[in-house]
Amino acid sequence: MTSLTEKRAARTQPETRTIRGKVHLREHLMGWLFVGPFGVVFLAFLIAPLAYALYLSLFQKKLIGGTSFVLFDNYVKAFTDPSFLSGAWFVIRFSLVSIPVQIIIALAMALILDSVTTLFARFSRLMIFLPYAIPTVIGAVMWGFLYSRGFGPLTDIFGLFGATAPDFLGSDLIFYGLLNVVTWQWAGYYMIILYAALQGVDPTLYEAARMDGAGRWQIATRIKIPLIAPALILILVFSLIGTLQFFNEPQILRYLAAGTIGSDFTPNMYAYQQAFSLANFNYGSAISFALGGIVFICVYAFLFFTRKRRSFL
Amino acid sequence: MTDHSSLRAGARRPQRYLPMQILLGFLVIYFLVPFWWVIVNSSKDAPGLFGGGNTLWFTDQIDYLGNLRQLFTYDGGIYLRWILNSTLYAIAGGVGATVLAVMAGYGFAKYRFAARRFSFAVVLGALMVPATALVIPTFIMFSRLGLTNTVWAVILPSLLNPFGVYLMHVYARDAVPDELLDAARVDGAGELRTFFQIALPLMRPAVVTVLLLSAVASWNNYFLPLAMLSDNRLFPVTVGLGLWQGIASANNAGTTSLWSLIILGSLVSVIPLIIAFFSLQRHWRGGLSVGGLR
Repeated sequence: MTSLTEKRAARTQPETRTIRGKVHLREHLMGWLFVGPFGVVFLAFLIAPLAYALYLSLFQKKLIGGTSFVLFDNYVKAFTDPSFLSGAWFVIRFSLVSIPVQIIIALAMALILDSVTTLFARFSRLMIFLPYAIPTVIGAVMWGFLYSRGFGPLTDIFGLFGATAPDFLGSDLIFYGLLNVVTWQWAGYYMIILYAALQGVDPTLYEAARMDGAGRWQIATRIKIPLIAPALILILVFSLIGTLQFFNEPQILRYLAAGTIGSDFTPNMYAYQQAFSLANFNYGSAISFALGGIVFICVYAFLFFTRKRRSFL
Repeated sequence: MTDHSSLRAGARRPQRYLPMQILLGFLVIYFLVPFWWVIVNSSKDAPGLFGGGNTLWFTDQIDYLGNLRQLFTYDGGIYLRWILNSTLYAIAGGVGATVLAVMAGYGFAKYRFAARRFSFAVVLGALMVPATALVIPTFIMFSRLGLTNTVWAVILPSLLNPFGVYLMHVYARDAVPDELLDAARVDGAGELRTFFQIALPLMRPAVVTVLLLSAVASWNNYFLPLAMLSDNRLFPVTVGLGLWQGIASANNAGTTSLWSLIILGSLVSVIPLIIAFFSLQRHWRGGLSVGGLR
């Protein structure tokens, strides 16, 4: 069989085109053989549902007259629906606060763990990462207990100082209550990714910088952080996608925070309620699709503004 | 990598980092507090839980065994079923997604086939599709096919892992030299044999990473099974505990014992994952750096 190296050589020599053609056919087949099974799943569970959701979102079901084609009426309805708009505004606001908080904490932890090599540092690394192994639902259940007035420790702790405990499940502080749950859950995971990237940096760079008189702070900000910028962009994009789809934590905490978290607290919760509680699949699909549009716009805007850096795409 | 670490260690004076170690200590406490609360409070019975007292310390009555027996016998042992369901979904979804991702990543990295660039760009674009946006249309498609409220409704959509394909692509591109594959081909190995005997062993760290990430994603999944399943005997443990949480909150007075079941249930449900992570950490750490680095 003709080898791939020959094929590559053939690319620069047009006179051996016949060999190249034969190899190509075989390569096409093998390539599609390897990619094909994933391709089938991709078409069945991503492309088809997306197309179907788009289709569904263009119809409306009425009590009288049945289902009718309404084009973008559902989207017009969504973008004038206070429930959807307040949910969307909440997740955007929450992203703007929670993502920087998580990334800064994760970056600080990764930089510390990259420069401290004691046994305790290694132990801390594992413990900080531990929440990633916990399902977000269980994380929310656990923090819900810690927040609760009945059996959480906050009442005792604040009681020691004669103060009333803050109610993280009340409407004033729920933002911070959720911020804490999310940070606890994800900061360790981001830390591990950044830490792995830092470990891949060639330490002779630090030596050279030290010779030139750079301090530890300068090494961190001028060498380490720029070199792991691709990893930072990667986790920023993933946390943005995840946060805009916020569902699990508020859905679980709403049992404990009755009255604070409504069924339209985030767009995803609202879509779930429309589709599965009210059987309004057309409007639910439209909300999901509108949310997907918001995610796309936010991610592309973000990638556009950071494209001068080497992006992971 | 070994050169790096010895170089690092040599250039280091650990005592200067004491403030940072103290800071790490506080961070560790923060990250462990919820675990500690759950460990302490799953030892208590209902009066111990609600009787006031220190919520961060044990009462005189430490009754793990009694609580465990209650947990595993409540409602005909439904909790054990949930754990087994979660295990099934995590293994089937994780293994399936990994096999597909490894093959596709290798295919994208090592074969120049028609429409390769376009297809790969589509897969990367799919990273940005909110997974939950797919749940509603998938639910309707499955309900037409009579697949809702079956294990397939949870397993089949979990097979999709575009990020796994991306990770495997990057790793295969860098860790599997073309020359080695060509040498195997010259020696007469077929494409499949080359893949299994040459490429796969070289990709192992990334394979373990993708396996772990997809298994965890399936184990943690909540939205998909919540939407797809109505029979609580098919629930994974996340949806099951969510159900209990809802019941317990709805009639707080009547079902106080359910709270201690939820607390112990959350503790028991995280133990398998913690063990998996710690025992496999040497294998997956190498693969995780890939996604961030390049």
